[in-house]
Parts: sequence; C-alpha cells; structure tokens
Amino acid sequence: MIRALTTRRTDLAPFLLLLPAVAVMLFVVALPLLFSLWTSLTPYKLTKPASLYVFIGADNYLRLLSDPAFWVPFGRTVLFLTIALNLEFALGLGIALLINQITWGQRGLRTIMMFPMMFSPILVGFQFKFIFNDNIGILNNALQSLGITDQAIPWLVDGWLAMASILFAEMWMSTSVFAILLLAGLFAMPRDPVEAARVDGCNPWQVFRHITLPFLMPFAFIAMTIRSLDVARAYDIVKVMTGGGPAGRTELLWTLIARTGYENAQMGKANAMAYISTLLSIAFTVYFYRKLMAARRFMGGVQ
Amino acid sequence: MKRVRGMVLWVATFLLMVVMCVPGLWVILSAFRPNREILAKPPVWVPETLTLDNFGKIFGWGAEQIAIPVGSYFLNSMVIALTSTVIALGIGMAGGYAFARFRFRGKNSVFLGLMLLRTVPGIALSLPVFMLWSRLGIIDTKLGLIIVYVSLNVPFTIWLIDGFFRQIPLSLSEAAQVDGCTRWQAFWKIEFPLAKSGIASAGVFAFLTSWNEFALASQLTRSTDSKTLPVGLLDFTAQFTIDWAGMCAMAVIIIVPALILTFLVQKHLIAGLTFGGVKG
Repeated sequence: MIRALTTRRTDLAPFLLLLPAVAVMLFVVALPLLFSLWTSLTPYKLTKPASLYVFIGADNYLRLLSDPAFWVPFGRTVLFLTIALNLEFALGLGIALLINQITWGQRGLRTIMMFPMMFSPILVGFQFKFIFNDNIGILNNALQSLGITDQAIPWLVDGWLAMASILFAEMWMSTSVFAILLLAGLFAMPRDPVEAARVDGCNPWQVFRHITLPFLMPFAFIAMTIRSLDVARAYDIVKVMTGGGPAGRTELLWTLIARTGYENAQMGKANAMAYISTLLSIAFTVYFYRKLMAARRFMGGVQ
Repeated sequence: MKRVRGMVLWVATFLLMVVMCVPGLWVILSAFRPNREILAKPPVWVPETLTLDNFGKIFGWGAEQIAIPVGSYFLNSMVIALTSTVIALGIGMAGGYAFARFRFRGKNSVFLGLMLLRTVPGIALSLPVFMLWSRLGIIDTKLGLIIVYVSLNVPFTIWLIDGFFRQIPLSLSEAAQVDGCTRWQAFWKIEFPLAKSGIASAGVFAFLTSWNEFALASQLTRSTDSKTLPVGLLDFTAQFTIDWAGMCAMAVIIIVPALILTFLVQKHLIAGLTFGGVKG
C-alpha cells in the first residue's frame, strides 16, 4: 500500500536521479563514440586536418578485413582473451577450493589474495618486465644460480616466450578476482544439499559436479562480467613489457590501435580498429551478462 | 592419510602465496637497493646495503637527482583521482538508489546500457576523446582527465551502490515514512548511514581505478601539469639506460596508497561485488 503510493507519487524521481549518470555517459562516452564512427568513415590523418571531412564509406573497414596486419593481432587478441579467461577461471576455482579447505588463517590468506588486484596494470607490466629481464631478472638469476640452465633465457625477446610471459602477467593480475568471488560463493553455500547428497551415496566428485559447481556458476559469471568490463587493460601490460615487439609478435588489437592512431597519425584507420575492438568488448560483456542472468534465474535469486 | 592431506594443502597454499607475493615484494625490496647491486653479476641475493637514496633521487632531496618530476606526478594523480571519485560517488549514489528502490520502464536496458558504455576499451575511447578534447582545449589539463575518469567510474559505482542499498530492507524506510519522515529524510537518516561503509568501499574502488589508469592518461596528458604517476613511470624507459632502482622506488610510491586503502575496505568490497551481482 505505502509502496504503491510512494512510487506513484514520485514517478519522475528515478529518472531525475539517473539523469546525471546518463548525461555523463552520453557526453563523455556515447558522443565521442559517434565522432569516432564518423572518423572511421573518413581517411582522416592528424597531419591533414581537411581529410576529416572526406567521406569514404566503409573503405577503412573493408581494407582492414583484407589486411593480415590487422587479422593476425585481432586473432591473437581473441585467442589471448579466451585462454586467459579460461585459465583464470580454472585456477581461481582451484585456489578457492584450496583456501576453503584451510582451517586457519583464512582471512589473512584472502587479504593476501587481494594484493595483485590492487596493482595498476602498468605496474604489473613493469614488475614482470623486471622479473623476466633476460640479463638482470630474478627469474633468470635464480635459474642460473640453481644450475637449471647455464644460458640466459630470452623471456621477452623470443616471440613465443614473450607472449607466454605476458599471459602469465595477465593471469597473475586477474586470477584473484575469480578466486575471491568463488571463495565468497563457497562461504555462502548452504551445507544441507551437500550433506543430503553424501547421505544418498554421492561421491565427492559427484557432489562437486552437481551441487557445488552449479551453485558457484553465478559467482563465476559475476567475475567474468567484471573482468570483461575491463579486458583491454592487457594493453597496459603489453605496452610496458614488450611494446608489441619483438617484430610485432606480441601485438594485440589495442597496441595496434595506439600505433596506428598516434604514432602513424592515421586516425581514420585507427578509429575503425577501435570500433571493432569496442564491439569485441561488448560481445564479451553481453555474453557473460546473459550467462549471469540465466544462472541467477536457475538459482532463483531474482527478487 | 589425514596428515598427508594436511601436508599437501599446506605446501600448495605456501606455493600459491609465494607466486602471489614474491613479484611485488621483490620490486619493493629492489626500491631500497642501489642500482649497482641490482645490476651485479653474479647476482647479489641478500642485500648488502639498504638505502633510501632511490626515493631521495626521485623527490630531489639528495645530491643526485633524476630529471623526472615524480612529486608533481604524485600531486596530479591525487587531485585527479580524488576529484573524480567524489563526483562519481555523488552521481553513482543517485543512480544506484534509483536502481535499488524504484521500478521504472526500461530499467534493465538502462542498466545494461551504462555497463556497455563502460566496456569501451580505454585506448579505443582515447582516440575520439583526444580529438574532441584538443578542439575544446582541455587536452593536457587535469580537468580533461577528471571528466573522463568520472565516466569511467560511474557505471561500476552504480552497480556496487545498487547492491548495498538492496541489502537494506525496504521496510525500514517505509516505517520512517509512516512516522512522518519525507522520502529524502528517510534516505538521509536511515538508508544512507546503513549503506555508508559500502559506499565508502565503492569510493575506494573508484579511486583505485583512476589512480591506476594508464591507457587514457597516456594520450590525454603530456606535461607536468597533468601527467599522472602511471604515465610518469614510462618516462624512465625513454632514457638511454633503464634506471631499475628508480623505477622500483616509483612503483612503491604508486602501490602504497592503493594497498592501504584496499586493506581498509576489503571486507565490504567483496560483499558488495558478490551480493550486488547475485541477488540482482
């Protein structure tokens, strides 16, 4: 009764309350995106201001679609994200199950796990540039001191090793997000279904597969959604660790955008790439958001 | 059997903690070592000298100085992160309250729309913002970066604060309104105090996002007027030889405020992330 009255009386209130948020997002993100769309349809170069007003249709996009110099970094980015997110989820789940078993110092361990989350991505990149440095890095120093290898391993100089090092840095930074949210899920899990399943003769694997895991999935998808809001922060790591090198072997979509737009001043082309990268991020987010909604419905968590 | 299992758990946890802590601790330790010890071959494992010289060099206290104005970068970072956090919190509280307490048409679409605008990669957003801000004359100013960071923080702040308000039973504010409070008074005297710690942790999250951001800042700032710490860190790599010790010292300056803030609010942050998301 009261609720119905108040909501009717203040019908405009939610819109007024949301107005500043919507206005900021429209002005600072949506409007520039429109401008970006226009620019991506021109041959705009920073060095030739007049070229901003030349309309060339989808030329930039068509040229990108047929250019391996674009496709290779694009494919590498999608592959990188897929591998990183899957490994982070698997590792995070393992860590959460592990910490859940520990009976002492759980809080302290959880606090330590938040440590990597608070590092600026640029710092994570720097930190691993320092550690993986082939000459003075602690990793090579340790391997050589222990006699495992007598030669310096060129972690950031070899193409494949550099990509693996970047993947490691990315996982170091982001696995905690999964571990902490999945651990929160484990803490919140009711004991009864597990006990009941045990009594009914389920083995530990069956309990995990059919009770624990479905219960944890919403938490996993929250982690995925939070992560996918911010996948492009791998840019910072690559930028400081390898700068896209050696010879473009660690170039991701985002470093390619920066190179094309700012270093080569080809803003038209760069904006077309930027649009594709934005659609990629949105695709990831929408995918996980829908999974989250589905998992919530499955759990009956909707109020 | 039980003992073996305990041992395995203990070893696994220990290894995990080593992997999580050693990289950061090594950087922090190296910030207190002289460069020649970092570069030494064969490597020096146990530090022979611990010194504050690297920090002295950065801030220009000692005899030796480096050409990177870390002091100004620190101030810029503080001003930009604090201002954008305060503004984002104000906007986010209004928005979060609207989502938590009102039913209105298009609610889910507006929410998803806000989130999707947040997913635009920083470097992709930087291109048009760079062009527009240049025309508006706010490139390389703190204002230009603050505006962008507000937009970066609003969606996630709304998500977190929405979750915190949802946890407060609706009946409390209704009871207050029956007793003669206006809706505003009910919010200010009952719901806000209850959600306060959650809102604080949303603020910390926003602060850290701004404090740590690099992709946009690296393109929208150029001089000591507006460059932030993460952008300044790359000044070191532009030099002929990399000053590892100096970079490590600067890394410590970036990470310490972040760590302190995180430890203050970690409990609320986890609660906000999970419950805001699960019970949507």
